[in-house]
Amino acid sequence: MTEALKRPPKKDPQKRTTSPTLPPFARSRKAIAFTAAAAEGRFALQVCDACEHVTYPAREVCPKCWSMDLEWRDIPDGGKLISETTLRTSVNTYFRERMPWRIGTIQLDAGPSVLAHIHGDVGEFERVRMIARTDKSGQGVMMALPEKETPNMADDRQLRTLTCNPKFRRALVTDGRTELGQRVVKALADAGASRIFVGIAEQWRPYDGSEELQEIPGVEVMPLDVTDTISVNELAAEMGDKADILINTAEYVRPGSAMQRHGVTLARDEMETNYFGLMRLIQAFGHGMKARGADGDNSACAWVNLLSVYALSNWPVYGTTSASQAAALSLSQSLRGDFAGSGVKVINVLFGPLEESWRQPLPPPKVTPQRLADTVIHALTEGIENVTLGPVAEDVVRRYKEDPFVLERELTQLQMGM
Amino acid sequence: MSEQNSNALQTLAGALAAGSIETVDLTHTLDPDFPVIVLPPEFGQCARFRVEEVSRYDERGPAWYWRNFTCSEHTGTHFDAPIHWISGKDLPDASVDSIPADAFVRPVCVIDCSGESTADEDFLLTPEFIQAWEKDHGVIPEGSWVLMRTDWSKRSGADYLNMREDGAHTPGPTGDAVKLLVEERKIIGFGTETVGTDAGQATHLSPPYPAHYLLHGAGKYGLQCLANLDQLPATGAILVCPPLKIKNGSGSPLRVLALVERDSE
Repeated sequence: MTEALKRPPKKDPQKRTTSPTLPPFARSRKAIAFTAAAAEGRFALQVCDACEHVTYPAREVCPKCWSMDLEWRDIPDGGKLISETTLRTSVNTYFRERMPWRIGTIQLDAGPSVLAHIHGDVGEFERVRMIARTDKSGQGVMMALPEKETPNMADDRQLRTLTCNPKFRRALVTDGRTELGQRVVKALADAGASRIFVGIAEQWRPYDGSEELQEIPGVEVMPLDVTDTISVNELAAEMGDKADILINTAEYVRPGSAMQRHGVTLARDEMETNYFGLMRLIQAFGHGMKARGADGDNSACAWVNLLSVYALSNWPVYGTTSASQAAALSLSQSLRGDFAGSGVKVINVLFGPLEESWRQPLPPPKVTPQRLADTVIHALTEGIENVTLGPVAEDVVRRYKEDPFVLERELTQLQMGM
Repeated sequence: MSEQNSNALQTLAGALAAGSIETVDLTHTLDPDFPVIVLPPEFGQCARFRVEEVSRYDERGPAWYWRNFTCSEHTGTHFDAPIHWISGKDLPDASVDSIPADAFVRPVCVIDCSGESTADEDFLLTPEFIQAWEKDHGVIPEGSWVLMRTDWSKRSGADYLNMREDGAHTPGPTGDAVKLLVEERKIIGFGTETVGTDAGQATHLSPPYPAHYLLHGAGKYGLQCLANLDQLPATGAILVCPPLKIKNGSGSPLRVLALVERDSE
C-alpha cells in the first residue's frame, strides 16, 4: 500500500535548491510518435497494417512480415507483470537521486512484452493497467499501475514523477474574475492544493462571486492584470517562487471576423490578453518555475494554458479571437522549448465553445466552466500535456489530425444561415 | 499671498488680455510621420506615434469619438527626466512624476545658432560661443532654461534626422558647453530643436552623448523637438513645459509654451 504523501515541510532557507536532472531523453524519430501519444495520455504502439502484429520498441519495418506500413494505434492497456527488479544503484544521476527504483517486464495483452516503471502497489505476477506518460525529460515512458485503484495510489513516488498532482502544491490562477477562474480555484482546493493565489485585475471594479472566492480554503487574492507588464512583474517578484502550478484562465473573446470589425482596437485587446498576456506571464514566472522543477514534493510541475480549439484552425465567426488564440498556442510551443529539461510540463487544454457570456448565442454542445475546471485537475493529476475537451473540440482535433487543409476549408466555407 | 505677488499675477493677466504678453507654441503636432530618434537595430527602438479609433459616433460608440494613442515617452516634442540616463538613475525626484513643479515654469534664454547650423550641420555649441552670447545678453541667470536655436524645426522629412551612412548630422552642444551651463550657470534644463539634446554625432564625443550624460547626471532636464524658437527673444521670456505625470516616467511628450513680451511699437 502506498504511504500517503505528507505535507512537505517548509524549505530550509540555507539549503540549495536541487537542480533538475533528467532520465534518458534520446529517442529515434519514429519513437517520438510514442511521446506524442503519451502527451495525450494515450497508450499507443506500432501496429502492422499488413499482419496486425503489435511492435515494441519502435521500428522501421514489421519484425514479423517485413512490411513498412507500421501505424501508431491505441492498443489495449492490460497486461501482466512477468519479471521485476529494484534498482539500487545507477550511473544515471536522475535515478541515483531517486533510488530505489522499481522496473519490470510486462507481458501486454496486445502481444509484446515491454520494459516499464512499476507502481509500488503492483504485486508479483499480478495483472496491471499500463499508462504512457511523458517523464521529466519530456519523453514518453510506460508505467504499470495496479489493475484496480489502491489507497493513496496517486502518491506513489515513481508515479508522481510523471504527474503534476496539485496535492500540497501551490497554484496561481491568473484570472479569478470569471466563473471559469473561480471554478478552477475551487477544483484546485478540492484536489488538495495548499495555497491558491488568485489574480484579480482592476480590483476597483466589482465582480460576481468575489465573496465566495475568498471563502475557498487556501485562497489568496492578489492584484494581477495580464495586460499590464508592471502588475505581472510585481506579482512574480512577490510570490513567483511559490508558483508550483500556473493556470492561465485569462482570456479575451469577442465575436467577429476581420471584415466585421471596424479598426484594430478590439483585436489589440485580444492580443494583449491572449498573446502578450501569456508572454508577460512566461517572462515573469517562467524562470522561477524552470529552476524549481526538482524542488521536492511541491516542486514546480505544470503550466496550464486554456485555449480555444480554434487556435488550431480559424473559425471566422470568432475570426480575430481565433487568430489571437493561434498566436497563444504557438507561444505555448515556444514555452515547451523553454521548459524542455526542466521537468515542468506545459499542459494545453483545447476546448470547444465555452458556456460563458461572449459565446452565449452559440448552440450546444458547449463546455461548462465546471467541466473545464475538472478537466484541468484531471490533466494535472494524470500528467497529461495535450487535452481536448468537448464534442466540438474533439471533432476539430480529429479533423486537424486527418488533414488540416480539409479542416480549414470546412471552417471557412459558406455556412447555412450565415 | 503677499500683495506684491497678487499684483504680479494681475499684471500678467492684464498683459495677456491686452496681448502685450503673447503665448507662443513651441510644440510640433504629434503626427505618425514626425521623425523619432533611430538607434542601432540591436537596441530597443523608440515607438512611433500611432492612433487607433475606439469609436466615432458609430456602432462602437454612437454619441462619442475617442481614440487610443501609443507612443514612446520620447516621441515628438518631449521632455527628458534625469532617470532617462544612467548618470541620473539614482538621483532623488528624477522621474517626471516626482520633479518639483516649479521646474516647469521658468525664465528662458535662447542662444541663436541658426546661422552657424545652416552653414555647418555638425555645428557644436562651445563655451566660447556661450560666453560671446553673454557679452550681448548678459550672464545666463541661475535656474533658467537654455534653448539652442538652430532653426532645425523648419526642416522636415529626411532632412530632419539628416541620417547618412555614418549616422545623423545635426547640431548640438559640446561636453564643455554643457559643463559650463550646468556647473557654473546652474541652469535647470537645456532644450533643442533637433531630435535629441545631443548632436547627431555625439556618440563620438567624450563622454558620449555629453548633454544627456552631464545634464541628467546633475539632475537637470532636457527638451527636444522644439519649434518656433525664432519667435522668442534671447532673454526675457517665460517657458511653460509640464510633462505628463507618468509614474516613474523617463520623459513625456508635452505641449511647450513660452510667454513673450511684445514691443508696444
